Amino acid sequence: MNLLEIRGMSKELNTLKGKARVSPEGPVCKPEAADALPRDSVLSALTSLTATEHDRRTFLKLASVPCLGACLARCVGSWPRFAMNADPESVDDSQFIVEAQFYEKLPYKKIRCKLCPRECVIDDRERGYCGVRENHGGSYYTLVHSRVCAAHIDPVEKKPFFHFCPGSLAFSVATAGCNVNCKFCQNWDISQARPEQVRNTYLPAKELARLAQQYRCPAIAYTYSEPVIFYEYMRDAADAGHDLGIKSVVVTGGYIQQEPLKKLCQGVDAIKVDLKSFSEKYYKEVVNGELKPVLDALVTMRKLGMWTEIVYLVVPTLNDSDAEFRALAQWVKSNMGVDVPVHFSRFHPEYLLKNLPPTPLETLERAKAIADSEGLHYVYLGNIPGHPAENTYCPRCRRTVIGRIGFTVQEMHVRKGKCEYCQQPIAGVWQ
Amino acid sequence: MYRLEPNRREFLKTCAAGAMFAGATHKLADFFPPREKSKVVIARDPQLRGSGTSLDSGQLLKMLDRAMQALYASDTPLEAWKKVVRPGEVIGLKVNGLAGRGNSTNVLLVDVICERLREAGIPQKDIVVWDRLNGDLESAGFRIATRQDRIRCIGNDTLGYEEELSTYGSVGSCVAKTLTRVCDAVINVPVLKDHGIAGVTVALKNWFGAIHNPNKYHLNVGDPYIADVNMLPPIRQKVRLHICDATTAQYEGGPSYMPQWCWPFNGMLLSRDPVALDYTGWQILEQKRAEKGMKSLKELGRVPTYIATAADRQHQLGTNDPKQIERVEV
Repeated sequence: MNLLEIRGMSKELNTLKGKARVSPEGPVCKPEAADALPRDSVLSALTSLTATEHDRRTFLKLASVPCLGACLARCVGSWPRFAMNADPESVDDSQFIVEAQFYEKLPYKKIRCKLCPRECVIDDRERGYCGVRENHGGSYYTLVHSRVCAAHIDPVEKKPFFHFCPGSLAFSVATAGCNVNCKFCQNWDISQARPEQVRNTYLPAKELARLAQQYRCPAIAYTYSEPVIFYEYMRDAADAGHDLGIKSVVVTGGYIQQEPLKKLCQGVDAIKVDLKSFSEKYYKEVVNGELKPVLDALVTMRKLGMWTEIVYLVVPTLNDSDAEFRALAQWVKSNMGVDVPVHFSRFHPEYLLKNLPPTPLETLERAKAIADSEGLHYVYLGNIPGHPAENTYCPRCRRTVIGRIGFTVQEMHVRKGKCEYCQQPIAGVWQ
Repeated sequence: MYRLEPNRREFLKTCAAGAMFAGATHKLADFFPPREKSKVVIARDPQLRGSGTSLDSGQLLKMLDRAMQALYASDTPLEAWKKVVRPGEVIGLKVNGLAGRGNSTNVLLVDVICERLREAGIPQKDIVVWDRLNGDLESAGFRIATRQDRIRCIGNDTLGYEEELSTYGSVGSCVAKTLTRVCDAVINVPVLKDHGIAGVTVALKNWFGAIHNPNKYHLNVGDPYIADVNMLPPIRQKVRLHICDATTAQYEGGPSYMPQWCWPFNGMLLSRDPVALDYTGWQILEQKRAEKGMKSLKELGRVPTYIATAADRQHQLGTNDPKQIERVEV
């Protein structure tokens, strides 16, 4: 069974359940990178098998997914269970509403948001582009503090972080909303929704940190949608996590203003940036964002010493030219250094880009070859389980120092941040 | 729905008819009859508020009747309404409650529309007044009503949105179930006002209240998003008529209610062509801005270019050509 089949089934199961992404009985590991496979969806699918007729193919597809999920769960430890209030009716909306940290008051009760470079100017009772921040009488509020719509325990490799505590787990959470609108979004049903349109759970920052500790997750990951839009919650949760010795990692598009970014970097431990293209045109037409602020954010992260990894989703015909791959690699080398991991990920048709095929393997390998030739030390291919480019190779002796299959670490030869064979330092956060 | 050009079936019919009469005439223009103009009725009544500030529902009903008869060239209001709705259909009234009681669709206007719908054979149980949120409706003065045997009044948060995306051009949105599953036909009842991003908000933009993600479509003065949203099949197929509430209009500071920039237009704009209606409404707001010595929307960089986009060959939602708009004042 290849990855694409798994991904397709995952979506099918989610469709069966609807938009609720929170597992009331416990978080579930996700079998692939981009799409959530909540346990309640699996249970729902199994229930539906008893209630409705299915042809043989559908039956096998549905039945095989829980089996796969169970196998992966075993890989990452025992199936965790925890009690979360998953009943939206019992939650008071006012507990999610907290004044935003970055905005400017304007005349006539308008405000200008200063969190992301879009700088939405918002009338009273209106929301910004993200859909999760609202002007109430001239003051600006986030509507998603502690308002979690997805919670899972994932391998940190799934974010992907390949040089940050390999083989560890991340307690991963998201709220509804996003400050861009990528036409290929795999999680559009939460990222492009308003919080009241999805099923949410009240999970205060301290409770989140406590759960991460309880389930032996050394890190909390802010992921799936766009953590910049739940900035206040993320910072509070990161602080609460640090009080308990839990790290925080951020999976973001990097579309954020400098001031909030600098404050964020004081409180989290690693950031993975989805650099969606190296062209402003693509950012404008496919992402509904801008490239330059993302590049500026990457430079700032580097200057502040933040551990950063970059993912580049290669979309056939749209951002897959040799010139773009080379420009990207050269920029990373010049502005961030050769030790920043770059992951070229395979695209799968989804959301508004269903007319394009999955990225050919040859294209991904070409991207890696170009980045390698520019001198980057750690270039990976993503969403190609079993490919040798999932492994980490020592830049000096070229031996495999971390072997991976999918999101599972198979072998580890990094000791105290160095190659076990030749003592070459391997960049990353290893403990 | 208004079309600038004949569809394939109409084209073939016209060609066949033309071939039959080809011997009688050699002019190509005879094969294609002149386009019917889009009628926009502007009804006004200086006595709409009597001597006070509140609307007089009797005057409002008379104004609606005049406008409907003019739009549908009918001798009686009932005759006009019977051209819009048929007994057995569930009719939705898509109002706009964003601006609270100050400048949302007026409850009295909705009342008189409902009165005429009932007379046209639509029972109360088959009338649904709806908008984006229950909270918006309540703040605009409507009372949420979900009983099936009476006129229903619900926000989209009551029934939610379809889980499958409807897509067209730049947009991908989940459409409100009230529209897709409850209503057989819809009458759009927007408000005439300025919009700080899109320039103006009249008929076309009111459909942002029918989708789950309107916040994504305010870039570039809403162009082409607003036109694209109007192309989504559930919207394009079900809208029969647009009745724009212009009892109070707002020429600056919208979409929020800003009383200092409102004026009693004491009227309403009716059309079956939302593009012609938006174009006409835009001109009214520009004229008022000029009277007040304010900059034009062009000077402010917020010309509602989405109106022209809605009229282009790709969308064909109506016409923004003043020569093709028949403006009728009653």
